[in-house]
Amino acid sequence: MTLAKVPEKIIPQPSLRRKIEELSGQKIAACFQCEKCTNGCPVTFAMDIVPHRLMHMLQLGLLDEALRSDTIWVCASCETCTTRCPNDIDIAHVMDTLRQLSQKEGIKTAQKNAPIFHSAFLSSLRRHGRVHEPEMAVEYTLRSGGLMGLRKQAGTGMAMFKRGKIKLLPPRVRAGRQVKNIFNKVKKSRP
Amino acid sequence: MKVAYYPGCSLEGIAREYGESLEAVARILGIELEELADWTCCGAASAHATDDMLALALPARNLKTADKTGLDLVIPCAACYSRLKHADKALRSGEKIEGVDDGYKGEFNVKHLVDFIWEKVGEKAILAKVKKSLGGLKAVCYYGCLITRPQKITGASDPDNPESMDNILKALGVEVKDWSYKTDCCGAEHVLTMPEVAWKMIQKLYDMAEEAGAEAIAVACPMCHSNLDTHQPEVSAQVGKQYSVPIFYFTELMGLAFGDPEANKWFARHFVDPGPLLREKGLL
Repeated sequence: MTLAKVPEKIIPQPSLRRKIEELSGQKIAACFQCEKCTNGCPVTFAMDIVPHRLMHMLQLGLLDEALRSDTIWVCASCETCTTRCPNDIDIAHVMDTLRQLSQKEGIKTAQKNAPIFHSAFLSSLRRHGRVHEPEMAVEYTLRSGGLMGLRKQAGTGMAMFKRGKIKLLPPRVRAGRQVKNIFNKVKKSRP
Repeated sequence: MKVAYYPGCSLEGIAREYGESLEAVARILGIELEELADWTCCGAASAHATDDMLALALPARNLKTADKTGLDLVIPCAACYSRLKHADKALRSGEKIEGVDDGYKGEFNVKHLVDFIWEKVGEKAILAKVKKSLGGLKAVCYYGCLITRPQKITGASDPDNPESMDNILKALGVEVKDWSYKTDCCGAEHVLTMPEVAWKMIQKLYDMAEEAGAEAIAVACPMCHSNLDTHQPEVSAQVGKQYSVPIFYFTELMGLAFGDPEANKWFARHFVDPGPLLREKGLL
């Protein structure tokens, strides 16, 4: 379910292309549309804009449309595109840059779950210095699916518990303070 | 042989049997695993989707500790390995990372466990410990994305066709089948955020393993194992075909071949019980 609308008439905006090039450190202008990224991508079946087209949109400066796409969240960061790009563009990293920008600017997306997952993961990590899987899973499930969602997942949780895969107590790490410092400093240095 | 060891968060939870089996295997092979003091999470996919510096600083904190030990750092999780390797590469090229002072010596290698065992321990040492050949067991080796990709970071000689796990399993006697999906993606966290998408990716792996003539899939990553082992009922329901494919950590198969008495306990943590297949082959 896409929220990305590509306009019929496009006036290229090189400044927006340069913005993404600067943020990602990748030379997007070097893409010559060979489609190797798209042909190797294992998730194109669920994308609204396939990777080489997304690169073309960025070349034209269609940044808003790119940020609204499903693609930046459907990308599984498998790094196949990055490995195969003949022009040495780290496409998977460009996807990261778009995800970062989307989260910072609070862009509306049809793919609501992925940002919730990342936030739940990082908040558990920040709290304990390590991720406490059950805590992260419960926070994610509650925030993405509410109590109904939690009820749906209860069976899997119990099955995991029976197999000894759930530690009830969170990890205790002495370096927890250092991890919190990293989060604080990174947040401060953001433009 | 002594190495530094970074377990990663999953080995305390969903991948407990990976941790248990790799520790048993290390003991048998005479590898001393020195757990990295006070290690913290690498940030995995969520850090790099959120902030570039966070994605480097979280793993780099651990590299700082490893740097002091001077021991090679062995990592069993593909995602942790990838994040620490990215940060290691950045530090070596002189990049400034939050929380790391100058003076990173880098006199050690960051290795994924499966490559470490094949390259540094080797065939002879493995063969010397095999008590029970796993002959007759047909399996494919599934490496997933991040052990080999991106090549610039991992230095993998062939990112589409890694062979360390294949070689280890062959040494154990396993009939390893060749297939083209060694480094395809299992969907990673999509299994939570967009399950229908992940299930399709997982289903392709079952089908291709079956087409290759395999009865089981061997893995070297907690995420790959969890995705492939836990969701077979959902995948079966989505496509209307019954799947029941045993998924092994490669270290479990090593422990089994080495005759470790704990193997049964590891298998009891699986969702798909590998017992019937192993008994049919006379291996359990």
